[in-house]
Amino acid sequence: MKPPPFEYHAPRSVAEAMEVLAAAGPEGKVLAGGQSLIPLLNMRLVAPGHLVDVNRLTELDTVEAEPGGVRVGALARHARVERSAGAAAAQPLLRQALRLVAHPVIRNRGTVVGSLVHADPAAELPAVLALLGGSVRLARPGAVRDVPAAGFFTGPLESAAEPGELAVSAFFPALGPRCGTAFHEVARRHGDYALAGVAALVSLDDGLRVTAARAVCVSAGPVPVVVDVTGHVAGTSPAVVSGAAVSGAAGTGTSGAGAFADGWAAAARAVAGRVEPEDDIHASAAYRRHLTCVLAERALREAAASAADDVGTRR
Amino acid sequence: MTTRLFGEPVPRREDPRLLTGRGRYLDDLGAGALEAAFVRSPHARARILDIDVSAAIEVEGLVAIYTWEDLPEEVGAPLPLLIPHPALTRGRTARPLARDVVRHVGEPVVMVVARDRYLAEDACALIRVDYEPAEAVVGVEEATRSARLVHDDVPGNVGAHLVQEVPSAAGLGAREAIDAAPHTLSFRLDIERSASMPLEGRGVYARWDADDRSLRIYSSTQTSTSVRMAVAARLGLPLTKVEVIAPDVGGGFGVKIVHPWPEEVLVPWAAMLLGREVKWTEDRREHFVSSAHERAQVQHVRVGFDDAGRVLGLDVTILHDHGAYTPYGIIVPIITATQLPGPYRLGAYRVEFSSVYTNTVQVTPYRGAGRPQAAFCMERTMDRIAAHLGLDRTAVREANFIQPDEFPYDQGLTFQDGRPLIYDSGDYPESLRMLKELIGWDSFGELRARAAAEGRRLGIGLGCYVEGTGVGPYEGGHVQITSDGRVHVSTGLTSQGQGHETAFAQIAAAELGVPLERVSVVTGDTRRFGYAVGTFASRAAVMSGNAIALACRRVREKALRIAADALEADPGDLEIVDGEVRVAGTPGVAVPLATVAVLANPLRYAFDAETARATQFAGTPSPDRPPVAEGEEPGLEGRDYYSPIRSTFASGMHAAIVETDPLTAEIRVLRYAVVHDCGNLVNPMIVEGQIHGGVAQGVGGALYERMVYDEHGQLLNASFMDFLMPYVTEVPRIETAHLRTPSPLNPLGIKGAGEAGVIPVSAVIASAVEDAEGIRIDRMPISPSELFDLRRAAG
Ligand SMILES: Cc1cc2nc3c(=O)[nH]c(=O)nc-3n(C[C@H](O)[C@H](O)[C@H](O)COP(=O)(O)OP(=O)(O)OC[C@H]3O[C@@H](n4cnc5c(N)ncnc54)[C@H](O)[C@@H]3O)c2cc1C
Repeated sequence: MKPPPFEYHAPRSVAEAMEVLAAAGPEGKVLAGGQSLIPLLNMRLVAPGHLVDVNRLTELDTVEAEPGGVRVGALARHARVERSAGAAAAQPLLRQALRLVAHPVIRNRGTVVGSLVHADPAAELPAVLALLGGSVRLARPGAVRDVPAAGFFTGPLESAAEPGELAVSAFFPALGPRCGTAFHEVARRHGDYALAGVAALVSLDDGLRVTAARAVCVSAGPVPVVVDVTGHVAGTSPAVVSGAAVSGAAGTGTSGAGAFADGWAAAARAVAGRVEPEDDIHASAAYRRHLTCVLAERALREAAASAADDVGTRR
Repeated sequence: MTTRLFGEPVPRREDPRLLTGRGRYLDDLGAGALEAAFVRSPHARARILDIDVSAAIEVEGLVAIYTWEDLPEEVGAPLPLLIPHPALTRGRTARPLARDVVRHVGEPVVMVVARDRYLAEDACALIRVDYEPAEAVVGVEEATRSARLVHDDVPGNVGAHLVQEVPSAAGLGAREAIDAAPHTLSFRLDIERSASMPLEGRGVYARWDADDRSLRIYSSTQTSTSVRMAVAARLGLPLTKVEVIAPDVGGGFGVKIVHPWPEEVLVPWAAMLLGREVKWTEDRREHFVSSAHERAQVQHVRVGFDDAGRVLGLDVTILHDHGAYTPYGIIVPIITATQLPGPYRLGAYRVEFSSVYTNTVQVTPYRGAGRPQAAFCMERTMDRIAAHLGLDRTAVREANFIQPDEFPYDQGLTFQDGRPLIYDSGDYPESLRMLKELIGWDSFGELRARAAAEGRRLGIGLGCYVEGTGVGPYEGGHVQITSDGRVHVSTGLTSQGQGHETAFAQIAAAELGVPLERVSVVTGDTRRFGYAVGTFASRAAVMSGNAIALACRRVREKALRIAADALEADPGDLEIVDGEVRVAGTPGVAVPLATVAVLANPLRYAFDAETARATQFAGTPSPDRPPVAEGEEPGLEGRDYYSPIRSTFASGMHAAIVETDPLTAEIRVLRYAVVHDCGNLVNPMIVEGQIHGGVAQGVGGALYERMVYDEHGQLLNASFMDFLMPYVTEVPRIETAHLRTPSPLNPLGIKGAGEAGVIPVSAVIASAVEDAEGIRIDRMPISPSELFDLRRAAG
């Protein structure tokens, strides 16, 4: 478990990094936190000729609130983003998701942008970017482009980042007014990649009626699957949202009277119907689909409750 | 004993070193050594057609490539079958490098030595081995049915078959007793593969001294003395020219008692041949596919019992998966077969096992060594009986317990050491009473009802076991007090983190009446102590602990004799307190042990003030007596051995409360309680640490760990990404209580504690999940996905 030979580069500026990457072409690979790349190297599953270590590019170690969202630089570690009050205020789903990413020591090294480029379908951050409709900024000498999430994840461990391109940042849209988010997952052990996981984003109008509801699943197919379930819950009654049906016995699908509760259950079933899990050594596809359904209902209800709280605060 | 060190929770003296990164593990040594890597078989069952190394030869920094053909006869011969047994009629072991067939994925085929491990792996990647693969034999039931053979000359893939039968008092065989019983049940149980999985893998580092023609080997082993003998024999070296040292070892849990590993033979051999230091550090992938696994068994049980749940007859047939080879004999299934009765007096007992070859990694003892399987079988049986009769599960156990006045209790079986299985002491009813109190067994119903009202699902379970510990043949201890007053203790067995430096020092300090700080302990270094067996089978404290105590008593006696002369007192009036020999009750009349050490060694030459006091003109020794009296030896030291007539039997009972999520089927252990009896405790903190570690491994075995082989014999989860060991977040807080029934068999009255924690955990968790769910659990481990499937099947 030692990597095959490679040439190591440690550029000191983004400009230099782009030069080196461009020169290396398909033989080049960016080394960020190394939490995914180093194991792949050690198992000799990848053998890049050139490794471009971006850990000295402090200019990319940024987490900035921008109008309309949070921009995370390529060297910002999971831990930094997780702890950033500004990021949490602008988009609470970031922190909700990062808590579920591995363990603290891995979050101290791993980067948010690295996780996006790595594009593991089991990872939380690609799902978050997809749900929120964010984007990734890719740069090469003389050219910068922003790729929207919908086009960024192209397959398992495959993204739109091309050889020679450096991902310099990612943009996560802010949470709108009267909106709420939640992320629920089940992993075999604390901090493991999830067997199933669902993040949800719900928007209400001033009358606490649902105007939009979407969910995204991890470990459910080759790329994050965003499912719009607005149709199942649009316009439904507000009172139930912040009531007992949300907390307490949430997710049992049996409590919470009336059409509204049924709406969430139907929405959850719709989410589960869209995923394509596979059997593996840890869980059967049927179990994963079942979990997705359970977790979708929990996440959607909680997101709705949180949106209702926001409405309450605004009043 | 003069001080109260024995039995005190003294903090572990090795911890500051080990916890702050100052341990010296195998890979911390030999910075400049050449490094080895291996080409290992990617096939479970294949013939080797050709090995082409031509491309690898180009790798810069390559030093040597060896295939089986390059090995001298003694080096390339099959490795020893360490523990022969008459029932193991077809024992088979691997060669250090495969000759023309491979029998499991991971079997070493080519050895590469290079300037460093990176280059060695580069060369490995360029070596082409042509195989003719064949269909693999995987799974014990498949193996016994299959026409395919793991070893061409082992028909039916059965390497060993053994039956033990203990008739009832009335002379009925188990099968007759069952047929005659008012109630009978029969069922099948299944336990999957797991492994020791120490965080430090195996490793060997060898230095050949060409001038001295001597070999020093460092190995991450559980038995340095035996590695020494085995390697000396293989390499044709005089024993006196080989020394083996176990440095700090990052866990063993059984796998490192196997020896010599292929690498333990090949690395020293290459070092001699090349005249260079050579090192091999196993990586995690290698550890998964080329060390050893354990646990996998299928058990068929038939039991007959009366209305009170008393077992009148038990008949168990075990298929034991032995993997591709049997280097450690059939110790594991023998232990399963003989420890299965646990704390119970069974009417009649028959046990039969077949040890079956499969194209998978070999099976050798892993902490618990066959007992977790035994406890699973016996305890599942007890739970079945209770369910059948509608009795409380604890009542059925009580009905079957051996009673305190029945010790020594002869189970009528032959144990793993070939000696009769006789329990020396214990109090099982009291253990159970303590356990019920600790976990709140009798009030659990209310807890469950309260949880149910909140939509939560709880269950409670328990499991009991008896563990034969401290097997022979012997261990020794050497104790020397030097003229600076320091006490040097050594014993031949090794340490893998158990706290021997502390526990053995406590024993020595207590026996000798010296402060703990003055005692240092060396283990696993053949330069210091050449006779030993090793650290396994919960034996270190019992065996070396008693040997060291006996050695200390010799030293103490000698010290008193010499001090009596110096103080002109009767030895019987003397005591040792705080490192001083003094006349009891006469303050001020004393001589420090340092001085006694000086007096014990008459000298001609002085090199400091202390030694000057021991030279020939210093004192006034009688000119009519020799300076070293007849029957005496110079120096204040002693050596002794402890060799028990048979094992001493520790016991314990565990209980757990689990919660199963009605929706997600997740299983959480809410409480875990342990009542533990290992006789007298040398250091209760260390014992609890051992229990905690054992329970943690048990939780792994019950809920997370399994070796997943596909039908081609590929191990699908050979990494820590997919072989799920519990994190601290998965291990419950463990509540413990100690019962003490000292062993009458050894001077310190102690029993082993190293393996205890792991033994009943799968049985306990199965019992609790079954209780929570009302669904029968007969295979472990269990995952949420499997519980989900079971629920669906139950409708
Ligand atoms: C034990 C363990 C558990 C984990 N559990 C989880 C989990 O539960 N959920 C989860 O989401 N993740 C998990 N991870 C992965 C972790 O989040 C990684 O940090 C992350 O996936 C990759 O980030 P990194 O900075 O370490 O990237 P690296 O490992 O350095 O790189 C990963 C890939 O992205 C490319 N890359 C990185 N940065 C750039 C860039 N700026 N431009 C272009 N390409 C780039 C690299 O070339 C490489 O191909 C786990 C990791 C470990 C070791």
